[in-house]
Amino acid sequence: MEYFVQQLINGITLGSIYGLIAIGYTMVFGIIGMVNFAHGDVFMLSAFIALILLLALTQMLGITPLALALFIVLILAMLLTSLWAWAIERLAYRPLRGSFRLAPLISAIGMSIFLSNLVQVTQGPRNKPVPEILNGVFTFGDPEGYTVTLSYKQILIVAVTAVLLAAFWYVVQRTSIGRAQRACEQDRKMAALLGVNVNRTISLTFVMGAALAAVAGLLFMIYYGVVHFNDGFVPGVKAFTAAVLGGIGSLPGAVLGGLLIGLIEVLWSGYFSNDYKDVATFSILVITLVFLPSGLLGRPEVEKV
Amino acid sequence: MATQAADVRVADAPRGRAGAIAAAVKDASGTALLALGLSFPILALRTEQNMANQLVLDQRWSYVAIAVLLAFLARLLYLLRLAFAASPPAPRIAAPAADRPALRLLTMAGVLLLLVYPFLALALVGRAGAIKWIDNFAIQILIYVMLGWGLNIVVGLAGLLDLGYVAFYAIGAYAFALLASHYDLGFWVCLPLAGILAAFWGVLLGFPVLRLRGDYLAIVTLAFGEIIRLVAINWVDLTRGYAGISGVPRATFFGLPFEDSDQGFAAFFGLEFATIHRTIFLFYVILLMAAITNWVTLRLRRLPVGRAWEALREDETACRSLGINTTNTKLTAFALGAMFGGLAGCFYVTSRGQGFVTPESFTFMESALILAIVVLGGLGSQVGVAIAAVVLIGGTELLRELDWTKSIFGRDFEPTHYRMLLFGLAMVLVMIWKPRGVISTRIPSIFLKQRRAVRGDLVGEGHG
Repeated sequence: MEYFVQQLINGITLGSIYGLIAIGYTMVFGIIGMVNFAHGDVFMLSAFIALILLLALTQMLGITPLALALFIVLILAMLLTSLWAWAIERLAYRPLRGSFRLAPLISAIGMSIFLSNLVQVTQGPRNKPVPEILNGVFTFGDPEGYTVTLSYKQILIVAVTAVLLAAFWYVVQRTSIGRAQRACEQDRKMAALLGVNVNRTISLTFVMGAALAAVAGLLFMIYYGVVHFNDGFVPGVKAFTAAVLGGIGSLPGAVLGGLLIGLIEVLWSGYFSNDYKDVATFSILVITLVFLPSGLLGRPEVEKV
Repeated sequence: MATQAADVRVADAPRGRAGAIAAAVKDASGTALLALGLSFPILALRTEQNMANQLVLDQRWSYVAIAVLLAFLARLLYLLRLAFAASPPAPRIAAPAADRPALRLLTMAGVLLLLVYPFLALALVGRAGAIKWIDNFAIQILIYVMLGWGLNIVVGLAGLLDLGYVAFYAIGAYAFALLASHYDLGFWVCLPLAGILAAFWGVLLGFPVLRLRGDYLAIVTLAFGEIIRLVAINWVDLTRGYAGISGVPRATFFGLPFEDSDQGFAAFFGLEFATIHRTIFLFYVILLMAAITNWVTLRLRRLPVGRAWEALREDETACRSLGINTTNTKLTAFALGAMFGGLAGCFYVTSRGQGFVTPESFTFMESALILAIVVLGGLGSQVGVAIAAVVLIGGTELLRELDWTKSIFGRDFEPTHYRMLLFGLAMVLVMIWKPRGVISTRIPSIFLKQRRAVRGDLVGEGHG
């Protein structure tokens, strides 16, 4: 039982990170129908940006209160990653909007290769060990037997995710920005006719997705304590799986999918074998798409002739 | 800011030339500012590990200055060109195919050059240099040409987007390696077996995804590609995991091994033994295999099944209502594409792989590379795929040769590190420049009166 609770805690933590990345996929797919292949690498880039900022603040500027430093890093990393996402959308995707379907996909794959190699060239190919912060844990259960540990990091991750998702939900459901986004998602041409600036709304969608990916990047860096230039691909595909599982285009679906994927991955490696955990995730992706293409919370797609 | 690119066109600007230049400079300054923002943490501060294994920051502001300046100049030149040059719209229908002797002549010259290429290389750079030019360049490029043509059947003709093509390449390679190490079979026996096995897997993986369309199909094929690779990594009993399978027998000259013995190729023909014999032989093998791929594709386009593929790409619903069996049509496309991938994989082990196969050779990057070759060359265009393979693979290989850049950028400068960086950037730029690929015309399989090349964007892109 304790073992199960421990796996549950780990799974929810991992799932929160996947959920944050998945929102970027699901929103972009919802609004322009494109799989933003570079999103995983934007996430990896944001982890590096956060790491560099954290080092710069603590080592070069000497900001000692950890909470303050982390808060500044969070805000700056969100801003800088958003800038990247804006530039990528502007340079690589917008000129191809309305072009044939494969063009943005190839452009996104090219961007993904560019980003991971940019980080490799500028930051070096080796693993980057992150300075150890927030190492405290709470311990529950029988001290003689198996104890459940809940680390400060895990609490931070789940808390930050929950707060951000609530804020995000408010923006999409209650503000004019979110209304414009939902309008563009339903019918871009009609939204444009009614005075919505479609280009700006799409840019904003990319920016919002990237900001959440930046939060995920910072949390990922703190949680795992190591970052590598190749870290974008696998979490990216898993987050995409989460988005598909939850129903692509659906925000609560992305979060639900993220949590499910996190739990499945952790429980699989906890109870079966660590080796095949990625195979399990990819199999879920295939099974979902083949048998339940609209996901758990998505709308079924109507085929128009 | 960068969003108002169109504002600086001379025609729109009442201020004339000076106004256009001023606007361009202003816009380019915005781009420079953006470049500053983008390069600030990632380029300016490099994380390095010190002796105590802690990360410290290394400041490199000069790199940021260079990046900002480059962004400014690139944007300025682009805007000025845009402002002072007007291009007429391209015609929808190009000259009739028969009237394009230049292209035909170029193709003929290319084929002739390929036939004598190994001997030309030998004559020009000698024996030691020729191995590199034949093996690294020609054989590698031809493998990718063959893979590109194989994938072209699936993506270009049938319009089924496959992001996991490397799975079949891997299946071909592992089929050869496993058959050879367990049953002692040689290359020439394994080659057809690898092709058949890959085709079988093509049908097997194609079957569940028949209902899927568009991006969903792409993602499922990507997942299949990754699953095959992960199984190859984790099923250690069979594949020996990351360590890979080594000692796979090399190709023989129809039974004559390339070795320094009395039974060897050199002794049989009374030649002096040299390793380059094998390389030249392998070159002709892959040349023949690629030529067969091309020939089969071209012939199939005239058969009912080929026409069905193209009809499927243009409109699946119409296809079905006309009584075409879309299931069989899709599966044959998957199977044939997979077969050529498998054949190329089998050949890869014996040539570039040096009789050694590991899962590392079959990452998603390879799939992306092959798809990029097909799309950048022009979907459905055989010549385009060949050109794209030569430019992309040859170009990135050439970057290995740029040792002279060290004299400009200093001794630590390693041009090969920038290979994939430039490759990714090139993919984006070519897509923006020509979304339909470098060969932007297509020759339809069926025509009413006259065979004419049409613009690429008149051809459908498929739904699956």
